[in-house]
Amino acid sequence: MSMIKKTCIVCPIGCHLEAEVDGDGKILSISGNTCRRGEAYMRDELTDPRRTLTSTVKVDGAKYDRYLPVKTDGGISKGRLFEAMEVLAKITVTAPVRRGDVIVENFLGEGVSLVAGKTVDSE
Amino acid sequence: MENKKIIIIGGGPAGLAAAIEANNAGIAPDDILILERDRELGGILNQCIHAGFGLHMFGEELTGPEYAGRFIDIVKERSIGYLCDAMVLSVTADREVTFVSPTEGFCRVKAGAIVLAMGCRERTRGALNIAGTRPAGIYSAGTAQRYVNIDGYLPGKRVVILGSGDIGLIMARRMTLEGAKVLRVCELMPYSGGLPRNIAQCLDDFDIPLYLSHTVTGIHGKERLEGVTVAKVGDDRRPIPGTEADIECDTLLLSVGLLPENELSREAGIVLDSITGGAQVDETMQTSIPGIFACGNVLHVHDLVDFVTKEAYRAGASAAAYVTGDAAPVGDVLTTEGKNGVRYVMPQKLNAQGNLTTETTLFFRVDNIYRDRAVVLSVDGREIFRRKKRFLEPGQMESFALTEDAIAAIRGGKTVTVALD
Repeated sequence: MSMIKKTCIVCPIGCHLEAEVDGDGKILSISGNTCRRGEAYMRDELTDPRRTLTSTVKVDGAKYDRYLPVKTDGGISKGRLFEAMEVLAKITVTAPVRRGDVIVENFLGEGVSLVAGKTVDSE
Repeated sequence: MENKKIIIIGGGPAGLAAAIEANNAGIAPDDILILERDRELGGILNQCIHAGFGLHMFGEELTGPEYAGRFIDIVKERSIGYLCDAMVLSVTADREVTFVSPTEGFCRVKAGAIVLAMGCRERTRGALNIAGTRPAGIYSAGTAQRYVNIDGYLPGKRVVILGSGDIGLIMARRMTLEGAKVLRVCELMPYSGGLPRNIAQCLDDFDIPLYLSHTVTGIHGKERLEGVTVAKVGDDRRPIPGTEADIECDTLLLSVGLLPENELSREAGIVLDSITGGAQVDETMQTSIPGIFACGNVLHVHDLVDFVTKEAYRAGASAAAYVTGDAAPVGDVLTTEGKNGVRYVMPQKLNAQGNLTTETTLFFRVDNIYRDRAVVLSVDGREIFRRKKRFLEPGQMESFALTEDAIAAIRGGKTVTVALD
């Protein structure tokens, strides 16, 4: 049996979470959380850690020369963040773009969408 | 000379919210003018592409551009006046605003009321006096953030970050994701000023080491940065001889504090607070000059944009009330003060005849980390109420709303004190 400690990243409070795990990796208990989301986060961290990715992609034809902020609308597998960055580096969208526009559906097959974070007008 | 009922200087989160609330209070959209220095509205949020904004305002976590976008949409839908690429050169005590713009040229506009919403700037290497050469490769964290997130440039490959506030932590992750190697984050203090979750998701997730009680003492390289010397610091925050280590790197990011940007306020003759670096204001956000209001990071540096928005709503409503003649008459003015561990209290003034309610809120910061203390509010030395706090830290802005008892005491008082016990 072992104790695993994590800082919760669900909200700015940052609770100190602790999980008791047995020799087979089975979770025996979770404590330290002050809400249910914290418990769910710790469970995910021990089984399938996920992170929302925020980054940018190229945008052509924009009124101002800039990059377009994008985010995944849910967590993707933490171990695939750098793979995701490589995919983003190859994406170019064309202005105009509206905030919330879906740029890639089912991004990396992770069941989340890549969405635009900002409205960018065309030239 | 042209006239506007309300001129708002700065089109970031504070300016946008002030404009919207002034319009809500009955000022026509074309009687409001937001002057923004950058080419687009949104301020610093445009480059804060990470999530974590809006939990208080919207009950969900937005990215910076998404948060700003919600307010920009309202300003545009209502046709509230704004001008980008407009650089304000001066503000006078009789509310004359001078600015230049590529489309409008040199302009002078008389305002019924002014809202100062210019935000803050980053502390620079010059302010830290780090010894060494002056090579390329040294950036404030926010400058690097703009290069990466808006312009699409990666400023370097091997990075040391000085300062573990949230901007430093966020940039450690961002540079790493974009392919740079962040070698370490150094923090002068024995604790990080950043949120615990940012230590977890920006440093721990990527195995970036955090060196507490460490600082940069030397900078090396002629044309381009070639390395820095770091050293451990003692309790006096001075480097301990013999603990120096040289680290090879091509980039140093400085995330070492923010300073309200008040050149315009100073030249207008507005009384500034030596601790916050912003104007002294009363509960309506009015500065020492009637009809000029201030809100957001130009007033005092905030932890959360949600609180900037709320403060700016108050400033926008107050500016509207000033213009329409609905503002409360200024009566006896009380001074607020922080004592015994409380660094500052905002607002610095309270109008005894003003519209004080149980929603009127005092904001303050403490000067160190404290556990299990009480925050006591007194008027002229008489304790009115106390609130227990399990944990207080400098990085966390604290606040409480006035009680009926406190308001009654303030109506006849002179000094309001917030102190730790």
